[in-house]
Amino acid sequence: MPNKAAANAAIEETKGLGMKLPILGAAVLAAAMTLAAGHLTAQAPPLDDSEKEIERYRQMLSDPFSNPGFLAVDRGEVLWSEKRGTKSASLEACDLGEGPGKLDGAFAKLPRYFADADRVMDTEQRLLWCMDKLQGLDTKDVLARRFSGPGRASDLEDLTAFIANKSSGMKIEPQLKHAKELEMAAVGEELFYRRGGVMDFSCATCHADEGKRIRLQGLPNLSVPGPAAQATMASWPTYRVSQSALRTMQHRLWDCYRQQRWPVPDYGSDALTALTMFLQKQAAGGEIAVPSIKR
Amino acid sequence: MTRLPFITLALASLLAGAAAQAQDKPSQATIDSYVKATFGKASPEWQARITPDESLAACNLHRNAVPSAEADAIIKRELAKVGFPADGKLLGNWKEGYKVANNGRGGQFSDPPGTVAGGNCFACHQLDPKEVSYGTLGPSLAAYGKDRKYDPDAIKEAYTKIYNSMAVVPCSNMPRFGTNKVLDEQQIKDVLAYLFDPESPVNK
Ligand code: HEC
Ligand code: HEC
Repeated sequence: MPNKAAANAAIEETKGLGMKLPILGAAVLAAAMTLAAGHLTAQAPPLDDSEKEIERYRQMLSDPFSNPGFLAVDRGEVLWSEKRGTKSASLEACDLGEGPGKLDGAFAKLPRYFADADRVMDTEQRLLWCMDKLQGLDTKDVLARRFSGPGRASDLEDLTAFIANKSSGMKIEPQLKHAKELEMAAVGEELFYRRGGVMDFSCATCHADEGKRIRLQGLPNLSVPGPAAQATMASWPTYRVSQSALRTMQHRLWDCYRQQRWPVPDYGSDALTALTMFLQKQAAGGEIAVPSIKR
Repeated sequence: MTRLPFITLALASLLAGAAAQAQDKPSQATIDSYVKATFGKASPEWQARITPDESLAACNLHRNAVPSAEADAIIKRELAKVGFPADGKLLGNWKEGYKVANNGRGGQFSDPPGTVAGGNCFACHQLDPKEVSYGTLGPSLAAYGKDRKYDPDAIKEAYTKIYNSMAVVPCSNMPRFGTNKVLDEQQIKDVLAYLFDPESPVNK
């Protein structure tokens, strides 16, 4: 986004950021900004004012200590070991693919095939499975809170943030061995190109060319494997500043289908897992750094 | 709190893990079963919206790169779906047309009932060169009418394009605004005036 307009947009974002981080004290924010400014002075060539604003914004976005997404990670950690449900059990025996309770690197390989369920599942689907089978937890209530809002925490967002964070620094490793995994990826690819809705849109309408944007929002090209797909998939879950909430891929795809003018996609359903599988395939090798923080 | 620091994304190692075996294209029935699993609870009206018509089914099958015979069939079929104004007047009011071009609402499941849909042209096109917030999925339409010397044939072609983009370019990525009932005839005439009125900012 090379133009002045983009610069202005980023400045707006910066203002928004300042206003929308109620969790952080002004002092912490000021410190983060000072830090960012310090970094700037070391840079050549000199930047004009709007470029400086963008750079400062970027710095803030990449500072883990000013990322409220880590609060979701902490909440998720508590939920993971909390005894809940009719069985008064924790999730600690939940097998996310690497063995019961083994979290390191599990997220990097999801979605994947689970023999006990005879299905391919993504993180959220697997969590729901474990809540039901291991804890006897009311997943209706959990699903009602699938997306957090003001005064409403989401167990699924918090737990996914916690689990995903345990793969930070690792590489995305799509599982494409089992026949059902291969089918997931192949169907996901077809769905990526399937047009429909009153606008005739598919994912490919918005994500199959280099350097395109809608209004001022840059659109990653996810139709080819490589850096754009890697950077995208390696950055979810993310803290969305514009929504003051941590969001997972389930929410991103929900929002994209909304923009696509399709019906509401069912949470944790197979087309979403298929798309996620396809996108993970495009993103293979991308180095996970989550939760990230975005617009 | 021990956390890994935010890591700058390493954009290398493209090939690692990407060596998945080639997979046969899944059957249409398999694809449809996934669509049903995810969207099956939607109302019949919403279901109908995502059931591709004949042209869109061909575009889906070929990922928009339809063979030429298919392309001709699409143009013929879609052209027949274009409705022209009874009084033959194609140009409306450019000021109203700006509103249509600038409005991105409508058709989303989050829209309240009765939402007036816009054409969202700015999402994909540059129009008024003074407007900085525009997208690039479509070509720039700045000075569109002026560049075409306000030629009646160009006006008719653009009307057709907006009413049904595929009547001009098969499998166009642009919505078929009239045919899919996103915009009504008056809105299309107004947005056309936004492109072709000499007083419109598009031509200034
Ligand atoms: C009409 C436009 C449109 C359609 C259709 C669309 N998207 Fe998006 N997508 C966007 C926009 C806009 C963004 C946000 C970019 C930003 O926030 O800067 C986005 C963001 C994303 C992201 C996150 C990018 C990032 O860097 O974090 C993913 C992943 C994604 N889309 C996948 C999809 C998939 C899969 C589909 C189809 C189911 C789809 N999109 C359909 C417009 C669209
Ligand atoms: C989702 C993206 C999208 C939207 C929204 C969109 N267009 Fe387009 N438009 C395109 C693309 C892509 C092309 C070029 C390919 C083609 O002609 O089909 C195009 C082409 C055109 C052309 C023909 C340009 C030429 O080559 O002479 C006109 C005129 C046009 N659009 C007008 C509009 C108007 C008016 C609106 C809003 C009511 C609109 N478009 C909305 C994507 C879009």
